[in-house]
Amino acid sequence: MSQLAGQAQAGSFSRDRLHRREYAGAKPALLLLLLALLGLLLLLSLALGSASIPLDQIVTVLLGGQADHQSWTNIILKFRLPKTATAALAGMALGVSGLLMQTYFRNPLAEPFVLGVSSGASLGVALVVLSSGAASGALLAGLGLAGDLLLTAAAGAGAALSMTLVLLVAVRVRSGVTLLVLGLMFGYLVGAMVSLLLYFALPERIQAYVNWTFGSFSGVTAAQLPILALFTLSGLLLSAPLVKPLNALLLGEDYARSLGIHLQWTRFAIILSTALLVSAVTAFCGPIAFLGIAVPHLARGLLGSSDHRLLLPGACLTGACVALCASLIAELPGNNLVLPLNVVTALLGAPVVILVVLRQMRGLA
Amino acid sequence: MTLRSRDLSIGYRRRGRPDVVLARALNLCLRPGELVGLLGPNGIGKSTLLSTLGGGLQPLAGQVLLDQRDIARLKPQERARRLSLVTTAAPRPRLMSGYALVALGRQPHTDWLGRLTADDRDIIAWALDAVNGGELAGQPVAELSDGQRQKLMIARALAQQSDIMLLDEPTAFLDLPRRIETMALLKKLAGTTRLAILVSTHDLDLALRNCDRLWLMSQAGIKVGAPEDLALDGSLGATFRAEGIHFDQRRGSFALDAAAGQRVYVPGDGEHAIWLRRALARAGYALADRPGQIEISHQQNGHGSNWHLRINGDTSRHATIEAALKALERETT
Repeated sequence: MSQLAGQAQAGSFSRDRLHRREYAGAKPALLLLLLALLGLLLLLSLALGSASIPLDQIVTVLLGGQADHQSWTNIILKFRLPKTATAALAGMALGVSGLLMQTYFRNPLAEPFVLGVSSGASLGVALVVLSSGAASGALLAGLGLAGDLLLTAAAGAGAALSMTLVLLVAVRVRSGVTLLVLGLMFGYLVGAMVSLLLYFALPERIQAYVNWTFGSFSGVTAAQLPILALFTLSGLLLSAPLVKPLNALLLGEDYARSLGIHLQWTRFAIILSTALLVSAVTAFCGPIAFLGIAVPHLARGLLGSSDHRLLLPGACLTGACVALCASLIAELPGNNLVLPLNVVTALLGAPVVILVVLRQMRGLA
Repeated sequence: MTLRSRDLSIGYRRRGRPDVVLARALNLCLRPGELVGLLGPNGIGKSTLLSTLGGGLQPLAGQVLLDQRDIARLKPQERARRLSLVTTAAPRPRLMSGYALVALGRQPHTDWLGRLTADDRDIIAWALDAVNGGELAGQPVAELSDGQRQKLMIARALAQQSDIMLLDEPTAFLDLPRRIETMALLKKLAGTTRLAILVSTHDLDLALRNCDRLWLMSQAGIKVGAPEDLALDGSLGATFRAEGIHFDQRRGSFALDAAAGQRVYVPGDGEHAIWLRRALARAGYALADRPGQIEISHQQNGHGSNWHLRINGDTSRHATIEAALKALERETT
């Protein structure tokens, strides 16, 4: 070792000069900026809506006090707090799982749903909403809140079932590409079954199904929130020790193995983490398009790095920020109209991602 | 550390059908400080052998041993500390600097986050210096040329501080100067460190000039020896035998079988004579050992450089080899 050190010192490039080049172009300080932005958006999300509530009142309620108006306390605790927390958690979950999928499959178009989790969830929902049995229809119409719960349970069961299937396959196949193809084919298969159910369903039931596919952060109650939080946080915790294998996977599976990565375990952990992150979000919020594919690109563009030690927290923060922004815009503050969430994410987010990706590509052509 | 194979059979398992065996009963040995070239025709199983020796592929039978320990029993991280790999395709990850790429080679030695210590940084600096790639450290990998990226991939393997380095056709996509540079680099590394290097290549000439030993892979198995011994005993020629091509024992390279063309005598051994002989061989003429009916020679005098073509006593002068060959063709047909 000392001999090596001596050679390095004698070399034309000193260690310290080289070190500064490790993060050439990377901007780790932006993580702090993102954190500050997230704090701001959290407050805004609590303050803005059909009725605006002053910031000092929000702080009072959050600290356990009473707002000047009883209705404000209610709005904050029963509606805006769960919605805000849901948006932030969903954004984190989709951003991080999107990053895991894009790195694992080495494909910029990969997203959390490529393995078929949203297809599984949609089949679960479709079976409940569209099945022509009079019982389930009456159940949904009559129970209201319980009907929502049933939907969540159906989506969760569908998502969990499809992810279990993928995990079982994942430990058997040799390459990631096989897994990608199987996931896509599974998606088409399930999509066909959903289409069949739609074809024979009653129009008002179809509307209920379509409403679910629009996605929403407002359907989670304060009582359900801990479940979503538990799944999301355990998924995030599981992804943290993956930063090193993920960095190695940037060179492909062969090189990752030669760098000492246990490929089967890594693949299993990546998919399990994705499953935890995505199935709960999809069950509670519906299939939220676009965030999962866009957030990792935004995070890479902002941080200027492919190092997952930066990207993982980066995708987490960026995801939460983008989800909160989308939620704010969808609510159209000062108005009672609410736009479908998936419309907002795609309409406003897609141009941003196009800009970021074009900027990254320039100079590489 | 020595890499050995014991009664190794390599190939592929197929479900419900017999295995595809590419080679069997291999007892090979790769020693510290030596550069070994793995040569053989396309499709003979060079990549399969390298994958199996590297632990990426299960042997059909037998074992791969690293100092008496079965490589299949080593944990991935332990294996990565002993054995590094470079393949044909150098990946081009986006938003990664050359330094970060080489730093990935430290992964078998770093903590769970992959944080670099001062020692790690010394070794990365040494590896970059060893491949003469210091100026690539700050550049985005995706914007480098194939040759520059392959250089960094080798530096990354060096930073792994393994005892053994396996390279699967690392020069396949490089231009000729880069190939020569890469082989010379491997030779230097094997000579200056205790690294054992096995490199598969199609660059026969470079392998002959740089490798300490060759593993010649053919249908009959693998023949091991110094390049010169394998050339002299005809193994090289036998391995690459093909229609219309032969191994020229004197020149140490493959050549097209000479057509039954005219015999031409070229006097001297200077560089003019050497290039003239190459031109004649290319145009399908045979070289005569002693003066005969046809002779071409290079003359340098007050009028400048000239090629003298003499056919049955008639001499003509030509400014270039091209012109002399044209005249020769006119006269002899």
